[in-house]
Amino acid sequence: MTITSTEPAVAALREALADRIGRGERFAGLSASRSGGTVTLSAYMAAPGRIDTLEATLPPGAPGYPSLTVAPPAIGAAFWYERLIHDETGIVPEGHPRLAPLVKPGDPLPRHVTGYGLFTIPHGPVRSGVTESMEYLVETPGEAIPHLNMRIFYKHRGVAGRFTGMTVGDGVLLAEQAEGIASVAHALAYCHAVEAIAGCEIPREAALVRVAHAELERIANHLDVAVRLADAAGLAVATARFALHKERVLRLVSAMCGSRFGRGVVVPGGVAAFPRKRPAEILAGLASLEQQVTADMRALLGTSSFLDRLRGTGPLTPARAREHGALGPIGKASGFADDARLTRPYDGYKELAAAPPGAHSAGDALARLKVRDEEITQAFGLIRLALSDFPERTQLTPNVPCEPGDGRTVGWAEAPQGEVLYDVTIAGGRIASCQPRSASFHNLVLMHEVFAGDILTDFPFIEASFGLSAAGAAL
Amino acid sequence: MSLWVVRGLRDGVVTTRWPKKPDEYADAWRGPVTVVGDADAPDVDGLCPTGAIGVADRVRVDQGKCILCGRCVAARPDLFAWAAGATGPGAAALTREALIVPQVAETDETVAAVRAALAARTAALRRSVHVRHVDAGSDGSEEWEIQALLGPVYDVHRLGIFFTASPRHADVLLVTGAGSEGMAAPLRATYDGMPDPRVVIAVGTDAASGGLLGERLTGVAGHVPVDVFVPGSPPSPFGILNALLIATGKLR
Repeated sequence: MTITSTEPAVAALREALADRIGRGERFAGLSASRSGGTVTLSAYMAAPGRIDTLEATLPPGAPGYPSLTVAPPAIGAAFWYERLIHDETGIVPEGHPRLAPLVKPGDPLPRHVTGYGLFTIPHGPVRSGVTESMEYLVETPGEAIPHLNMRIFYKHRGVAGRFTGMTVGDGVLLAEQAEGIASVAHALAYCHAVEAIAGCEIPREAALVRVAHAELERIANHLDVAVRLADAAGLAVATARFALHKERVLRLVSAMCGSRFGRGVVVPGGVAAFPRKRPAEILAGLASLEQQVTADMRALLGTSSFLDRLRGTGPLTPARAREHGALGPIGKASGFADDARLTRPYDGYKELAAAPPGAHSAGDALARLKVRDEEITQAFGLIRLALSDFPERTQLTPNVPCEPGDGRTVGWAEAPQGEVLYDVTIAGGRIASCQPRSASFHNLVLMHEVFAGDILTDFPFIEASFGLSAAGAAL
Repeated sequence: MSLWVVRGLRDGVVTTRWPKKPDEYADAWRGPVTVVGDADAPDVDGLCPTGAIGVADRVRVDQGKCILCGRCVAARPDLFAWAAGATGPGAAALTREALIVPQVAETDETVAAVRAALAARTAALRRSVHVRHVDAGSDGSEEWEIQALLGPVYDVHRLGIFFTASPRHADVLLVTGAGSEGMAAPLRATYDGMPDPRVVIAVGTDAASGGLLGERLTGVAGHVPVDVFVPGSPPSPFGILNALLIATGKLR
């Protein structure tokens, strides 16, 4: 393939990115913003303690730039980001291997594999069961899946564009609805950006309440993955047990704040209010829940017919995980862990110190479940730490005023699916631009690559083990 | 395997008895905002992020736009309060206008007529109702709440409600989401594939009005004819179950 334009700003950006990746930093995303006639690319690089934004401004009227995905040194993880940028701004990443629309309707999916007896199974967007809308196209000779393709545009709602012009206080409400099952994490990432611009320090107790809600959200999400895996394996009792535990977690969250998804808790400057339940009551409820979840998880991880379906299923190699910068449990299961709670601690995690993840390298569906099992145990511990010795609330303020001036920064938080980024620009007290980047978007593209040797009946296990949200991916 | 048999018996019956008996959790649910007072010049400009508050002849709240952020309740407790309980006739609306509270008198009559027509249509469904769900651009939380109905706590099978993969077998269409452009055609195709009598339930504030995305996406009523609206962002599983029972004439 030939690259026609040589764009100096992008060439410099590419060099800077390659240099940083060589030093061990992680490519965390790419976005584009248009102001007047010029388009600026912003690349996010994750390093211990910080997320840096590197920019390259294209000359006015430039139709494109050489794609970061292919031109050496290639950054393969930019594959979907550049398609998204093309959809949103029309800027062409020249030489991109597949510049089909990602969040806009496009042509029917092309077939990649041809040969005798090969056919395709279109799966979605309306699928059996209660699932989010998304389309998979499975190319298969009957059992094996040599190629999988997917289309996520069905759910595209234009969340990023909707932020523009909103007040800072309203923005958090939209962030909560960007990826509904990770409401707390998205609200946190947004608020961290706003608080950094405003330079405000939230009260210690608010930071602890944030941790409690974020970890409850993590437990609920990981239990949901357990439900779906057990369901895929036809373990009716295990499915019911984990669904019961998940319901109990959601009920605990609603008893604390009124919403089963922790909505309305996180506000710029702290939390809206302290939990309605006393910390001692919350901890007592959690103790019995933890005991039951742990026992059922032990039983699940000891059920050989279940393990047979997960072991070796949907493997992601450690090399690919590292190269792509795979986030959350998917990365950890393949030996690549960059947990924002540890490497870029925020809120209560600064003092509570999450334990480092265990060593995994199998990268299969079983390893991903084991990572989630560990994270559940750790989450219970973190909530205990956050809420024990919680002072009497009468003397405390849940939040401080947070009125950001003009500025731009990136906020982050570790969602159950992995790191969430919010690139927020404030001007005149309102949001001038906000680019959310969910872990679901960053990780979902890896689904293309994990079907080596797996067959059709492995599909639900692999999808469930990824544990991603179509809403978060399509935004 | 025997291990799981024992584990399954561990907690006894965890399933709710509702609607036969009241359920504590359903009754304690904090529903959408209602209006408890009125004022001549209420000064509520900019209070609601989705513009659900109207002050034309009196203060009214469009629950179809309410995302339960609670700002109005905090700022003006004299005017607004949380609706109590996830179930009952008020927790689901048979017309879009009925979501605007307090309801105007004409709406009451219209609703009665709609209710009678719906009951006549669904009388044949009796104790075997098959449900198909379609996500038309939700944030993902509504799906969790619908999935919960299949779990041991809500267990809709006990009420003769089953989820089906094929629209050809479906009596009820549960639609979530703000009505994204991409889902317009698949949603319509699903609806067209259903045999009569069919009932459409719009689940959640996004499905009723688009919620925060309401400037661009205005809910699912533009794509399929909606019979029952469930407010909430997201509604509780009890709220969705309540709507299913109202839609099929099992609850009035």
